[in-house]
Amino acid sequence: MATTRDWLLDDSPSSRLQARLGRSYRLSRALARNPLAMVGAIIVLTLILVALFAPWIATHSPIGQDLANRLKPPSAENWMGTDELGRDIWSRVVYGARITLMIVALVAVLAAPVGLVIGAVAGYFGGWTDRILMGITDIFLSMPKLILALAFVAALGPGIQNAIIAIAIATWPGYARIARAETLTIRNSEFVAAVELQGASSLRVIVNHILPLCTSSMIIRVTLDMAGIILTAAGLGFIGLGAQPPLPEWGAMISRGRSFILDQWWVATMPGFAIVIVSLGFCFLGDGLRDVLDPKHGDRQ
Amino acid sequence: MSALKIENLDISYGDSKVTHGIGFDVAEGESFALVGESGSGKTTVLKAIAGMARSWTGSITAFGHARTPGIDRGFARQCQMVFQDPYGSLHPRKTVDATLSEPLAIHGVGDSGARVDEVMQSVGLDRRFRFRFPHQLSGGQRQRVAIARALILKPKLLLLDEPTSALDVSVQAEILNLLKRLRREQGLTYLMVTHNLPVVSFLCDRLAVMRHGRVVEVASVDQLKRGELQDPYSRELTRFSASHPKT
Repeated sequence: MATTRDWLLDDSPSSRLQARLGRSYRLSRALARNPLAMVGAIIVLTLILVALFAPWIATHSPIGQDLANRLKPPSAENWMGTDELGRDIWSRVVYGARITLMIVALVAVLAAPVGLVIGAVAGYFGGWTDRILMGITDIFLSMPKLILALAFVAALGPGIQNAIIAIAIATWPGYARIARAETLTIRNSEFVAAVELQGASSLRVIVNHILPLCTSSMIIRVTLDMAGIILTAAGLGFIGLGAQPPLPEWGAMISRGRSFILDQWWVATMPGFAIVIVSLGFCFLGDGLRDVLDPKHGDRQ
Repeated sequence: MSALKIENLDISYGDSKVTHGIGFDVAEGESFALVGESGSGKTTVLKAIAGMARSWTGSITAFGHARTPGIDRGFARQCQMVFQDPYGSLHPRKTVDATLSEPLAIHGVGDSGARVDEVMQSVGLDRRFRFRFPHQLSGGQRQRVAIARALILKPKLLLLDEPTSALDVSVQAEILNLLKRLRREQGLTYLMVTHNLPVVSFLCDRLAVMRHGRVVEVASVDQLKRGELQDPYSRELTRFSASHPKT
């Protein structure tokens, strides 16, 4: 164990792989020293595991109805009680983790690269390219996220895929802004001038030299945004434009529980807890990542 | 044939003209210095030659070929630049190896492993630095990496923008000796910008004194050493340098 550690922390690595692994090791150690970040990481990891192993963790079918057992309070049989159709809420929350994780992952995969590329191109070329691209970005940015997503879902039709697309469309402008700001600070540095003088194409400069420096702030921002994405998705589900019944989406579940929140509080509360905990987890993790990755905090790694 | 011939060069940033009718000649294998106070336009001349300052009129001829404004891949193999600040000129997330391999990848030169090894040896960087990141290197080591990066394409002309002014005195001497040795070994031509006259007498053969964007005098280093510069401004510069030997 000690030898692996020494190898990773070697001051004079002997290969590209060792240098890279050493850097990741130092980063993960810095992250492990931050308790809130670890709480966040554990919550996110739990979310992923629950989503992966949902069939083994759930005690009932998430959509199986049992009208004889409607609106039962939490008990040994139904850990979080049952809803108005007699479905087990625990199992629905567990399967809901899959939907939440899918929404978050797909939005990140769709929106982050688009924002990154548009921002980096605008910042690198400047001039008219910048003005046009940032004009488009500003148009999207000028509308509140949820309203914009609502408009798109209304146009595309309700459903989980359309909700994901709508949220992605509403999210990328923020990333483009960040990527552009980062690019502007890097653009005029001498190491970029040096590769340009070597005859590198714009594509090579952007992809190999500028994007790697934008990614850490992007990772931080995406992680912090995850909470917002989950809330937007839940909001869409709540007003019936996101996931459609009988899909166990947390926002939709809260919406169904609203009618009997005073007498059968658990129907709305349980998925609500899930949303709050997972959102908090992403926030903590994002904060921790910022402390570790942000270049403005010095080159401690 | 002269390595670099500059005639009537006017460079402007936007609407303001920075240099006025610059002209000088650098012979192949020669080491030529541009000296002058800050803001005299000496770095701008280097940038125009390299292609970073794009709006200029006049003529720049390198090895018999006229330069056009902008960066040119073919020219990049003949002429490279070393920057002033070794802390800003290396990519913070790239190892020495990645920084040095990049020019080879751009120009499709194979055998990058051996070339990187060779160039690191010639600038006196130990092999164990190869996979370090810039933040694990000292200022002098970083500047060696920057020089190695400029040399890896085997250029004939090196543009040096105050290559030692950001380093402390003992490291300055090391880098100057390195530059002197490299020039002898590889037959390089230097065009160096500096405001440090002792550096000029150590490393250069001739110098041009610049003031307010004009060349006021071109002289040989022997003339400088004997204190025989003609122009009143050059004489003032030498006097100032003699009374403040370290700056």
